[in-house]
Amino acid sequence: MSGRIAYIAANTFREAVRDRVLYNLIAFAVLMSAAAVLVGQISIDIERLVVVNLGLSAVSLFGVVIAIFVGIGLVSKEIDKRTLYTVLSRPVRRWEFIAGKFLGLAGTLAVNTALMAVGVFGALLYVSHHFQSSDGWVLVALYFIGLQFLIITALSLLFSTFSSPLLSSVFAFSLFVIGSFAEDLRGFAGIVRGPTHWLATAAAYLVPNFSALNLISSVAHEQPISGQLVLYNTAYALVYTGMVLCGAVLIFERRNLK
Amino acid sequence: MKASHKVTLVAAGLLIVCMTASVVILQRVDRVRAGATLEEVLYISSPKLLKRLSLGYDGLLADIYWTRAVQYFGGKHHEGAGEYKLLAPLLEITTTLDPHLIVAYEFGANFLAPAPPNGAGMPEKAIELVENGIRSNPDEWRLYYQLGFIYYIDLKDYAGAAKAFASGARLPHAHPFLKILAAQMAQHAGEWETARMLWVSAYATANDPEIRANAAAHIRALQVDRDVAALDVFTEEYTKRAGHPPGSLSDLVAAGMLRGVPVDPLGHPYKLGADGRVQVADPDNLPFIQKGTPPGYVPPKKPKILPTD
Repeated sequence: MSGRIAYIAANTFREAVRDRVLYNLIAFAVLMSAAAVLVGQISIDIERLVVVNLGLSAVSLFGVVIAIFVGIGLVSKEIDKRTLYTVLSRPVRRWEFIAGKFLGLAGTLAVNTALMAVGVFGALLYVSHHFQSSDGWVLVALYFIGLQFLIITALSLLFSTFSSPLLSSVFAFSLFVIGSFAEDLRGFAGIVRGPTHWLATAAAYLVPNFSALNLISSVAHEQPISGQLVLYNTAYALVYTGMVLCGAVLIFERRNLK
Repeated sequence: MKASHKVTLVAAGLLIVCMTASVVILQRVDRVRAGATLEEVLYISSPKLLKRLSLGYDGLLADIYWTRAVQYFGGKHHEGAGEYKLLAPLLEITTTLDPHLIVAYEFGANFLAPAPPNGAGMPEKAIELVENGIRSNPDEWRLYYQLGFIYYIDLKDYAGAAKAFASGARLPHAHPFLKILAAQMAQHAGEWETARMLWVSAYATANDPEIRANAAAHIRALQVDRDVAALDVFTEEYTKRAGHPPGSLSDLVAAGMLRGVPVDPLGHPYKLGADGRVQVADPDNLPFIQKGTPPGYVPPKKPKILPTD
């Protein structure tokens, strides 16, 4: 079972690399180099701040775009190209296919993020000439960004199991935007009354909470991140991803592929 | 059982477990990050930068920031906080993102101006906010009214209030009430009447039940202050005539100075305290009163405002 999932995951990774997904790293490298060189010349004493803000924002945006645009085609593309039938005619269960596809894209994003992280730290070293203890928080912020990618990948995969690529990308991107204001949503739900309160609260807890996973600003200002938050965010990202993948499996199991 | 049914059952069970767990964990995350969304204001405190970063969606962002400001004020007010350090930046960001969001100037000034615990105690910031609003919305008479309100109620600056009301009264669609207020301020006539008029107009024009209740509480407080001042004059007069202070307000009735024992706006009779001063029966239910409280009376941290009918 795990061998089959690993095989599908490795294949998904290879396919992403073949589709030149990792080419985004070139754009990222150019962006970071330009920022590191230019910012010191056009501003005063905010070099580190700009590199952290720009670097982490770029890691997040590049990753989200990849997760959505590759994720939405994970199932639908296989159906269009009719390769899915070949896979499922072998002793591969549908849930294994979903799990393998998810792990393959998550792996691609992990490699991509790790390489971009090297770029961020390289730029930091260039502007500061040395590392400092607070740079450790940048790693935590990168880890949180990675957790965001897990959720977005799972969501894109979920939409890919029942919708067209165009609609899937709209749904996934909309959820990303809504999820970025999730804490506000829960705040709004808290101040309305009656049935609206229950509906708003349910909606606020159902959408993914990306706001707690985005600590770019606080890390740029060298604010520490509590261990409790790392623990809860990890647990949240894992259970939310698990929930979405279960949804994807439920839909895909019942989908008529004839 | 077919294998696919088994998978469906397991996935459905796991989905419910994960959904429940995600809600529980999110509540913990919220506890760890209480107020974190608002504190982001400290990181991007420049309204102009934020406007550029909004990529044209400044109206939507203004609505979000305005709601954040309301939540921030409401939350702090509920916990009886004396400091509202993020309120002014939140309002500045809101009104820079959408300079025509009149409600943010009107209510924002009401949050900023009053002294704690009813507000942030920053009347100068409130004036700055409303003046910015007037620059962006010169035809909006409500903003002049708001400005005059702050000058009169919070700064006791009658000349400033008169100027604001008079400027507003000159606008083509201004409420006729502004002319009366401007005239009264200019003449410095009847401070009590003016205060009552302002609160009555606030009561009459507000739609929000909490604002109406707050205005009604102020109207009741003004009535109590006036009644107690008048009754104190009567008790002093009685003392002079009888050579001793009255034992109760019934003595004033017996002496023909009053037709009956007067009642406060809540319907409770006024009484004489041990110190010979007139007191209300239930000061907790009459917030904002300046007179008529027992000696050493400490009002509740959060004013008890009775709902209006």
